[in-house]
Amino acid sequence: MRADHLLPAFVVGLSIWCMPTAQAADVIRITIDKVTFAPAAVSARVGDTIEWVNDDFVAHTATARNKDWDLNILPHKTGRLTLTKSGTFDYYCRYHPQMKGQLTVAE
Amino acid sequence: MLKIMSGAVAVLLLSAVAAPAQNAKLNDAQIAHIAYTAGDIDVKAGELALQKSKDKAVRDFATSMVNDHKAVNDKALALLKKLNVTPQDNDTSKALAKQAADKRVELSKLSGAAFDKAYAANEVAFHKTVNGALETTLIPSASNGELKELLQTGLKLFQGHQQHAEHVVAGLK
Repeated sequence: MRADHLLPAFVVGLSIWCMPTAQAADVIRITIDKVTFAPAAVSARVGDTIEWVNDDFVAHTATARNKDWDLNILPHKTGRLTLTKSGTFDYYCRYHPQMKGQLTVAE
Repeated sequence: MLKIMSGAVAVLLLSAVAAPAQNAKLNDAQIAHIAYTAGDIDVKAGELALQKSKDKAVRDFATSMVNDHKAVNDKALALLKKLNVTPQDNDTSKALAKQAADKRVELSKLSGAAFDKAYAANEVAFHKTVNGALETTLIPSASNGELKELLQTGLKLFQGHQQHAEHVVAGLK
């Protein structure tokens, strides 16, 4: 009969122990060096932040082809974007359009 | 007319740097002078466009030209100072500068859409010419490793400029 009293507490305790922790948001860094995005292809999740670190001595942009976002990144500065949508996003630099990258964003 | 002018410069630039002249190969001081002159030409062209154009795409492009070419030229000057090299004027630089001055006079007589189209078209032609010279002659001829590296980065930037200019031309049609 004592076991019956303990059972709810046991079940609650077990559920708390087994509960998956919320996924922590990541910061994912992309370097711009010698007119190139590196890495060119990056995987992320909604809620993550992408940081483009511009190591060049000129300005670049990270511009989504679907026009969702367009960051201007000055020389030796960092541009940041927090991802709010899942999907595959091709992007490029408007000033040097041969610079290309891709973000694959999961839920 | 514009095509003939740009073609003449292309021939002049490529023959002056590629054909054996009385001084044979270009030295680093001359290469730096040519690269610097080309950059300065595009800064001046961009400044003219910012005075004249009201088109956003043209203005954004011109701003990028002024910023990028100034930045590359600043890097070039700093490197030359470090290497204790004085840029050396030469026939190629003189020809480039003369043709560019004539082109600026021609462009400054235009306005509105006519200016925008002529400026953008000339930027495509100019970058094609300079990029070709960098790739086939100036970079291969450069002795100093740091100069070579700067010219290689410059070439990547200027290839981007050529593409950007082509987008602007397409948008103005």
